Amino acid sequence: MCLAVPGKILSVAGDDSIERTGRVSFGGIIKEVSLAFTPEAVPGNYVIVHVGVALNVLDEAEANKVFDYLRQMGELAELEDASASP
Amino acid sequence: MKFIDEYRDREGAERCARAIAKITTRPWTIMEVCGGQTHAIVKFGIDELLPKDVTLVHGPGCPVCVTPLELIDKAVEIASRPDVIFCSFGDMLRVPGSKRDLLAVKSTGGDVRIVYSPLDAVKIAAENPNRQVVFFAVGFETTAPANAMAAFQARQKGIKNFSLLVSHVLVPPAIEAILSSPHNRVQGFLAAGHVCAVMGYTEYFAIAEKYHVPIVVTGFEPIDILQGIFSCIQQLEKGLFQVENSYARAVQLDGNEPAQKMIHEVFHVIPRKWRGIGEIPYSGFGLTEKYSEFDAETRFGVADYTTEESTDCISGLILQGIKKPADCPAFGTVCTPEHPLGATMVSTEGACAAYYRYRR
Repeated sequence: MCLAVPGKILSVAGDDSIERTGRVSFGGIIKEVSLAFTPEAVPGNYVIVHVGVALNVLDEAEANKVFDYLRQMGELAELEDASASP
Repeated sequence: MKFIDEYRDREGAERCARAIAKITTRPWTIMEVCGGQTHAIVKFGIDELLPKDVTLVHGPGCPVCVTPLELIDKAVEIASRPDVIFCSFGDMLRVPGSKRDLLAVKSTGGDVRIVYSPLDAVKIAAENPNRQVVFFAVGFETTAPANAMAAFQARQKGIKNFSLLVSHVLVPPAIEAILSSPHNRVQGFLAAGHVCAVMGYTEYFAIAEKYHVPIVVTGFEPIDILQGIFSCIQQLEKGLFQVENSYARAVQLDGNEPAQKMIHEVFHVIPRKWRGIGEIPYSGFGLTEKYSEFDAETRFGVADYTTEESTDCISGLILQGIKKPADCPAFGTVCTPEHPLGATMVSTEGACAAYYRYRR
């Protein structure tokens, strides 16, 4: 139910903030999405969309940090493997 | 798809699982609150990647599951009226009421329509001025901005034939209800990422402090979930109980302020009855006085219905993390997705339906 799917904004329409919508591509499937709660969103941004409404603009820098963290986790596991072996 | 595929990478997931195994020295029980996370955990077999000492229990974060029986009965009553177009998210249609479900209403000629968004229901109302259009507004905080916007748009455009049957519930009071139960066995929580995308996570600091539990805001893809579990166990092993954000690409501390403003324009906090759990104070949203004209319960005179729950179904215990689906004698025998006894078997996000689909 709380599923929200990331999609890329192709274009934006509507001046009034509450009526502002975007054409958003979800891996090629294009839907019209309300951008009423993401006034900062511009074409090219990725937004996370739930029941036809964008909840937030995805932060690409934060998205990449996950993979740095993952690398550190891998190194941690390997380091501990090395120190555990005789 | 960007922001999905890279979080489903098998090697990355296995690396996370190995790191979790490395830091786990004792048994821990962690609850993922959201049904979407439950579904992902069972579908991708995330629980099977974890060390035996880590137990995941599945929380009450499935709005379809916790919508009380009497609201389903109210929906059936309203949808059966010939002047009504009843709009709902698809997964509410098969939830059994005390006599029948919305799908049965549809199959006997009721105008029940599945919509993707509550805003579609407002459009249907504008196009059908001679019919009453009712939207079944279920959901957690994630869905509240969209449902609130539907009421806001209807009011702004003077669409009088639109109303909402509201069954809105909130995550933090449910977490508190679980933690304050004498049967509680949950030691750490994965908070629902999209609820926090809307509301932020400041509400969880007081809970973590009061009950000494770590709470980690967590996303929905396998690597997101494993990272949430890793952070949670890291804290448990160190005796910490902090609120952390493992889903920072979508969640900020204060959440989405324009969305919260819209929620508070239309809704206020009220007590709500949860299916299988009972009434929890301050645990849901109802329409404010300003929007009371859009309340379907008063418009159709169904406000004072009450219905007792069936005693055969243990979904209440499952929703609180006390039991697992396999503990129920009815699971997979008399209770199946085709003939569900309770809501955790109906919704694809219900723990029983997820186990039935992926684990038999």
